[in-house]
Amino acid sequence: MPRIIKDGAVVEDSWDGRLLDLESYNAAVEGGEAPSAEIAVQLEPGEEPAAIAGDLHRIPMVAIHFPVFTDGRGFSYARELRQRGYEGEIRAVGSFIRDQLAYLARCGVNAYAFDGDIDLEAAVGSLQGFSDHYQADVLQSEPLFRRR
Amino acid sequence: MYVYDEIDQRIIDDRVEQYRDQTRRYLAGEISDAEFLPLRLQNGLYVQRLAPMLRIAIPYGMLSTRQLRKLAQISRDYDKGYGHISTRQNMQLNWPRLEDVPDILAELASVEMHAVQTSGNCIRNTTTDQFAGVAPDELEDPRPWCEIIRQWSTFHPEFAFLPRKFKIAVCASETDRAAIHAHDIGLELVPNTDGELGFKVLAGGGLGRTPVIGQVICEWLEKKHLLSYLESILRVYNQLGRRDNKYKARIKILVKAMGVDAFRERVEQEWQVLKDGPTTLTDAEIERARSYFTRPDYQTLPADADNEALQTLLAENTEFARWYQRNTLPHRVDGYRIVNISLKATGYAPGDVSDTQMEVVADLADAYSFGEVRTTHQQNLVLAEVASGDLLAVWEKLSAMGLATPNIGHLTDIICCPGGDYCSLANAKSIPVAEAIQERFENLDYLYDLGPIDLNISGCMNACGHHHIGHIGVLGVDKKGAEFYQVSLGGHQGKDASLGKILGPSFEQDAMPGVIEKLLETYVALRTDEEQFLDTYRRVGIDPFKERVYAQDH
Ligand code: SF4
Repeated sequence: MPRIIKDGAVVEDSWDGRLLDLESYNAAVEGGEAPSAEIAVQLEPGEEPAAIAGDLHRIPMVAIHFPVFTDGRGFSYARELRQRGYEGEIRAVGSFIRDQLAYLARCGVNAYAFDGDIDLEAAVGSLQGFSDHYQADVLQSEPLFRRR
Repeated sequence: MYVYDEIDQRIIDDRVEQYRDQTRRYLAGEISDAEFLPLRLQNGLYVQRLAPMLRIAIPYGMLSTRQLRKLAQISRDYDKGYGHISTRQNMQLNWPRLEDVPDILAELASVEMHAVQTSGNCIRNTTTDQFAGVAPDELEDPRPWCEIIRQWSTFHPEFAFLPRKFKIAVCASETDRAAIHAHDIGLELVPNTDGELGFKVLAGGGLGRTPVIGQVICEWLEKKHLLSYLESILRVYNQLGRRDNKYKARIKILVKAMGVDAFRERVEQEWQVLKDGPTTLTDAEIERARSYFTRPDYQTLPADADNEALQTLLAENTEFARWYQRNTLPHRVDGYRIVNISLKATGYAPGDVSDTQMEVVADLADAYSFGEVRTTHQQNLVLAEVASGDLLAVWEKLSAMGLATPNIGHLTDIICCPGGDYCSLANAKSIPVAEAIQERFENLDYLYDLGPIDLNISGCMNACGHHHIGHIGVLGVDKKGAEFYQVSLGGHQGKDASLGKILGPSFEQDAMPGVIEKLLETYVALRTDEEQFLDTYRRVGIDPFKERVYAQDH
């Protein structure tokens, strides 16, 4: 079983349902299979969360794909998903890098499946953001100026 | 000016340690070049033609003397003893070693400075009027707003990997001195019908390859909504901005492609979600930001016109009078002047300032200007609050250091990017062109007779030298491997901003001073009394200039 980072620790990936791209997911919805606790959906850059907004309470996991780490659309997608009240797993998948973990976490991502071989135990250290942050985010709902 | 509390300090210290670790991992081969690139850029480090370049943030151009002395020391210890003021009010060091950068950042952090987000595809340093807080035509001090934006944009988790760089400028006065029409977002403080000040929001301005004047997307925004509204714009841009072509990735292209109305609608849609949320500014926060920008303890002094000693001095000392007239400006308080320090002496790269010059300016600011210095997007420095009785002393010390060239706002006060001497993106050198023009027009009487003229030079399409908004713009172009220069006329920054129009075929470097001379002769021949270069250009159009410059070709 592949290993991932989830909720701050390196774990075996326990997901055993299906992970569908948006098109297949929509087809599954048409066919009456989805939404379901067994079916997760993966968003590519350009596929905004609005596309699955109606089903969020029943989707167990949304994977956000980063084909290249410099494409930052997924940061906004994660934030929007949480803003829409999504409480399931948001998993970053693809070519993001370790040095992005703290920002991804603040945007609402809670699981990380890296492409390629990286030292996950070391990478967990990068989840730790700075001691404080100016903005409101998913981990800290009040911006610093409301807490000063 | 703003002073860090322990939280601000801790955040910046954390950043230094983070980057120290990233540099260590990079040097150990644990991070690839491609992965390290955005990390170093967002800490201000470029790799240039000859060496790395470190761009240090000077938030909205404000420096304490302690900070300026630290910059002098850093430039001496880690570089070649000089810095370069950029057109975004930052300071660039041209020769730091990549290995030393974490130590330089730690030195900066010790005086509440950093190089955060000065490069890379993120929200950059917010800029504003270099005369903020002292300009007579100001509606409100823009600096508290700049600081509020600085904090909001610093390490914003959602917007560190935007399609492209993102620049915000704020204007709070009648004359726009911050070029807000040429920024991704321009903010202008304006009254609504009840006289309450709020923000007019412009989006989609920018120079570069496709220059565009920003368009209004909100006529009046209540102040407390500033951050949630900015966040909505950024979110739309982050999701919809093009990422397939870096020349089409700026927000200006998105606004154009969508149309400003559709863009505004989409922003409004996002804003409905964010509006009135936790990011809404509180009165307490606005007051807190304001409390750092209070009026210093001014003396009660006579206005300059009633100051006999000053008037006598001006009558007797023509050199001093020249400097007073050209390089100092009225202050909102009687008996004080705003002093521009020209970094445009002939023979020196425009905007360069040496370590000893920095130290002298710091000493002068401590003695005569409440311990503060500013940088300007015209690449000069400012002592914003000098009592008129101290002007002679200030002028003498500046003159001794080559910092009193009386050319502010005139032809030789050239805005000029580092160009081909330093920058690896350049098509052509820009500094030698500036120097040749400065040499040709050294005669001050002629210079003053020409009146105010903005001459801006960029070494390539990226337009760091703002050539599109110069009355005369010069752009370095590559013609089959040779360096050529394209000239444009009629650009202007300000509330009636306009983009320059290309004159015609480009010129060789040696021809440039002569071309400029012909343009000026044309203007002098055609102008009416009191008409400035731009006025004449706007009245007669480009043709007479074209005919004169290219005449020999026929
Ligand atoms: S305008 Fe071009 S040459 Fe000049 S500094 Fe910018 S990128 Fe370099």
